Amino acid sequence: MNTNPAIIVEKLNVSFGDSHVVKDLSFSVASGESYGIVGESGSGKSTVLRVLAGLNREWGGDVTILGSKQPKVRDKAFYRAVQMVFQDPYGSLHPKKTVDDTLAEPLAIHGIEDAEARIERAMKDVGLPNSFRFRFPHQLSGGQRQRVAIARALVLEPRILLLDEPTSALDVSIQAEVLNLLQALRKERNLTYILVSHDLAVVAHMCERLLVMQFGRGVEEMTAETLAARSPQTAYAQQLLVASEGFRRQTA
Amino acid sequence: MRAPDSPTEQPLLELDNLRVNFHTATGIVRAVRGLSFTLGRERLGIVGESGSGKSMTGRAILDLIPHPGEVQADKLVYRGQNLLTMDKGSRRKLRGRHISMVMQDPKFSLNPVKTVGEQIAEAYRVHHKASSREAKERSLTMLEAVQIREPARVYDLYPHEVSGGMGQRVMIAMMLIAEPDILIADEPTSALDVTVQLQVLKILDDLVTSRGMGLIFISHDLHLVQSFCDRVIVMYGGKAMETLPAAELADESARAHRHPYTLGLLDCLPDLDHRKDKLATLKRDPAWLA
Ligand SMILES: Nc1ncnc2c1ncn2[C@@H]1O[C@H](COP(=O)(O)OP(=O)(O)OP(=O)(O)O)[C@@H](O)[C@H]1O
Ligand SMILES: Nc1ncnc2c1ncn2[C@@H]1O[C@H](COP(=O)(O)OP(=O)(O)OP(=O)(O)O)[C@@H](O)[C@H]1O
Ligand SMILES: [Mg+2]
Ligand SMILES: [Mg+2]
Repeated sequence: MNTNPAIIVEKLNVSFGDSHVVKDLSFSVASGESYGIVGESGSGKSTVLRVLAGLNREWGGDVTILGSKQPKVRDKAFYRAVQMVFQDPYGSLHPKKTVDDTLAEPLAIHGIEDAEARIERAMKDVGLPNSFRFRFPHQLSGGQRQRVAIARALVLEPRILLLDEPTSALDVSIQAEVLNLLQALRKERNLTYILVSHDLAVVAHMCERLLVMQFGRGVEEMTAETLAARSPQTAYAQQLLVASEGFRRQTA
Repeated sequence: MRAPDSPTEQPLLELDNLRVNFHTATGIVRAVRGLSFTLGRERLGIVGESGSGKSMTGRAILDLIPHPGEVQADKLVYRGQNLLTMDKGSRRKLRGRHISMVMQDPKFSLNPVKTVGEQIAEAYRVHHKASSREAKERSLTMLEAVQIREPARVYDLYPHEVSGGMGQRVMIAMMLIAEPDILIADEPTSALDVTVQLQVLKILDDLVTSRGMGLIFISHDLHLVQSFCDRVIVMYGGKAMETLPAAELADESARAHRHPYTLGLLDCLPDLDHRKDKLATLKRDPAWLA
């Protein structure tokens, strides 16, 4: 593993009008590392990924990706190197485009030659039959749409993948296949991941380190071992671990 | 505690041999192939593979199967009323007021050009005579109940301005404000962090226990279903592989009685206490659909 960080975030701040949703956030991710972000709903996780992906233009602080300081507006080469899988696959897929169009479009934009072979491979990687290529998003189930979104990020063979709840709409058998695929690709191509998830077991499985966020701040950074040993420092991280054990009915 | 199971009480919903088909250019897609169950005042979980017909089952109950889908069933009865022979208008009246569904894609189901607060207030006023001020107050209380911080700020946000988990809670608030008898919740908490998730489930649980609501809880989270639901249906390829008491999902000693698909699912789960390099995957057997 290369020790140069692939991603460095320093004092990142994001506001929408009067609400300050990411506050002085700093972390870095080594090249080839998989870094998890967990935390409260609304704490700013998706916003951080959107800033890194160049989709949010109102922010302060420094973001360095693959050695270069990032401007607010990114160039075409950036999008070939950095791809994002969105939390909400329905919103991120164009309703009037077939699966095939969705996968072919980024390849055409970047002038990539072996489009057909890459599309076939990506479909197979995410476990979708080839016959689904001519379906529209509304003809797919929730998990099938999510797999199209993952396939779209994979076809460009990026170096960094920003994954926002990539498997929360998948059943656990497809989840296992997608997670195994992501781990294999990472080893094979030395990819760098940031994975946002509410599932602590998924994060511990996929990531070396993780950040816990609450109210727009990073409250604790820890290793996956610390998480698995249930020994984080902060009360909030402890609370998450307890809650992940499942529902407890108060017996009166 | 569980809702009382009185044998004389009429079930809320009876469903027999439900089928949902889509006639497409490339042939018939059989999304649901003969599903049967009854729902009482309980929490009924549905788990199963992606594309196995879970969402279409919920939509069929509500008469919301999109074109060109068609629904057939031998029986579909809500509190003694035959839904199969009921006219469209009467079914529309049941929808929202008596039977509600929290859709899997909350942001897609919300109107993008109206604030989320207005949409909750509107859902209330459709079914209750109330002034707009009253409706707004009710909506703010609902947002607070689903653990939204700063409900007054969120009331005025548009769907694209709320986070994934906030969108889910807005949908839940909107569906609960009419106080339905049956709530079909399709992956209602998949975007919520685990602590907020438990608080939202507590609300649903109270509605089942105190008001006798019937809850159909569609989820991929086996641990959650096992700890939260009373019974669970395991679906694969449009069919129920088995129906079991939810607590038995995790019961090691009951493994011998489990369907191989259910066991396969349980074995795919990543586990904090037993971390391994590669997750087990499932071997699908064509015999399951025979
Ligand atoms: N375009 C916007 N306008 C106004 N507020 C916004 C906008 N986008 C995000 N926000 C606010 O920023 C906060 C953080 O949202 P974000 O989507 O990053 O949360 P999250 O941690 O990803 O939550 P979840 O786990 O629920 O997906 C929320 O309070 C949200 O309402
Ligand atoms: N308009 C359509 N035309 C053809 N097939 C369709 C259409 N809509 C849905 N389907 C198919 O019906 C099947 C059942 O879909 P459904 O949405 O019920 O799955 P699900 O069990 O909810 O899956 P998930 O867990 O991924 O949400 C899927 O295989 C889907 O591809
Ligand atoms: Mg998010
Ligand atoms: Mg579904």
